[in-house]
Amino acid sequence: MSFPATRLSVVERTRSLDEETRRVAWATIIEAYWKPVYKYLRLKWSLGPDEAADLTQEFFTTTLEKDVVERYDPARARFRTYLRLCLDGFASNARKAERRLKRGGDVTVVPLDFQTAEGEMARHEGSVDADVDELFYREWVRALFERSVADLKHHAEGAGRTAMFEVFSRYDLADDGEARPTYAELARDLGLTATTVTNHLAAMRRQFRQIILTRLRELTSSEEEFEAEAARLLGSRR
Amino acid sequence: MSWISDRAIDRLRDAAAWPGLDDRYAITGVAGRGGMGTVYVAHDRVLDREVAVKVLDLADQKGSRAARLTREAHILARLDHPGIVPVHDAGVLPDGRAFYVMKLVSGRRLDEVLAGSSPQALRLDLFARVLEAVAFAHAHGVVHRDLKPENIMAGSFGEVFVMDWGVAQDGTADAEPAIVGTPGFMPPEQEGAHVVDARADVYALGAVLAQVMGTDPAPALAAIAGKARHPDPRLRYQSVEELSADLVRFRSQERVSAYQESLFERGLRFYRRYELPILLLVAYIVMRFVLMVAGGV
Repeated sequence: MSFPATRLSVVERTRSLDEETRRVAWATIIEAYWKPVYKYLRLKWSLGPDEAADLTQEFFTTTLEKDVVERYDPARARFRTYLRLCLDGFASNARKAERRLKRGGDVTVVPLDFQTAEGEMARHEGSVDADVDELFYREWVRALFERSVADLKHHAEGAGRTAMFEVFSRYDLADDGEARPTYAELARDLGLTATTVTNHLAAMRRQFRQIILTRLRELTSSEEEFEAEAARLLGSRR
Repeated sequence: MSWISDRAIDRLRDAAAWPGLDDRYAITGVAGRGGMGTVYVAHDRVLDREVAVKVLDLADQKGSRAARLTREAHILARLDHPGIVPVHDAGVLPDGRAFYVMKLVSGRRLDEVLAGSSPQALRLDLFARVLEAVAFAHAHGVVHRDLKPENIMAGSFGEVFVMDWGVAQDGTADAEPAIVGTPGFMPPEQEGAHVVDARADVYALGAVLAQVMGTDPAPALAAIAGKARHPDPRLRYQSVEELSADLVRFRSQERVSAYQESLFERGLRFYRRYELPILLLVAYIVMRFVLMVAGGV
């Protein structure tokens, strides 16, 4: 496996002189973090849907862009942990001020689908009592996986491999309560041989891993942070 | 993007970590997770047997972890001993992760055995087999450097396997600073050292023995464990064979080198060692005395 000779994380790219590079970097950060931030505000800070939505917008458009990233030091904490601590401070200040903060200059960097995020809230299990860092981490993982599955589907469809994604989807994405089909059942349902099912699944899983690691590399600030996050996410340090 | 449940996330994490060796090894479960990799249970389709597959978590940029895993496989392949798990295959996955395939060991970890109520004699039997395996490795220039009950497997038929040779020192060539080992089992000289010798494992074995012998051990046995884990390597047993020999002497009710016994203790040990002949002799003398007295009457 080849590694990039140099790595430039999204955090570093938000400081780029090139405006387009900065814009894409911000979009990547917001895409990865807005749902965890929104749900964290709803669950940890017990905010209502509207207030949490407003504060999420405010956090990303004003506070985060102006101050937070500039002060971030990769040597002191993971970006996710740092962001969560900043969010706590931000929410605490907002509560102390006893006011609903206005949206940051009516600027929305990416459209945030709060309605969908709110709909997902009902499906959370025991989240209120969860450790706050663990709660934020879990939502971050969920957002990362949702995006990565969407990417995998997009790649598969673009390459005419919809059957491969279908195998992956039915075997690895089986939802709660659904019994996981056997390879033989999948083969029968999809009109494939069991060997083809095995090969399709292996190919999709390899590509999924690659997508996850690429995104993870982008979202972390150093090789050490990347390796620690990858080990926690996919490896033995779960 | 559609909602992904917690359970689906767990499945996806497993899917992304999947080693994908399906042509030869059908993964059937996870046997355990270690510091740098996961051990899977798999079915070897070619040889039709169950095996264990140890896979690195990540292909690290420096390649040091991959090198370590590969070196572990090489060490295991070289150490052909009943107490050391045999390796069957090794390689690198398409995504760069190193792996190796080994015998699937079934049984319990020694710490789990020790948590139960097994008799001391049985525990010492297991420990003696550990000594044999470690002595064999030392004879081949390999120092384990992380011996502890969690790294020892005991099978259902009394067999013992010393596991996890990932931080072993093979000769003196791999002068990697030894920030390895486990507090409580790691000798003082191992911390930060580039090279340790067999006495580092003797120390760890002394710490293991302290757990094996349980509470309230015989003073001689406690002395053996104490000598094995003396902070000064010069005052320890100088080899596993020396430790083993003292343990054999203890179990045979002979005098051990680690313990200076009193006259009473020596007499007691002598009695225990020759209990039956002594009792027969006493019975004989008593009978003769009774007969003599009766004959006199």
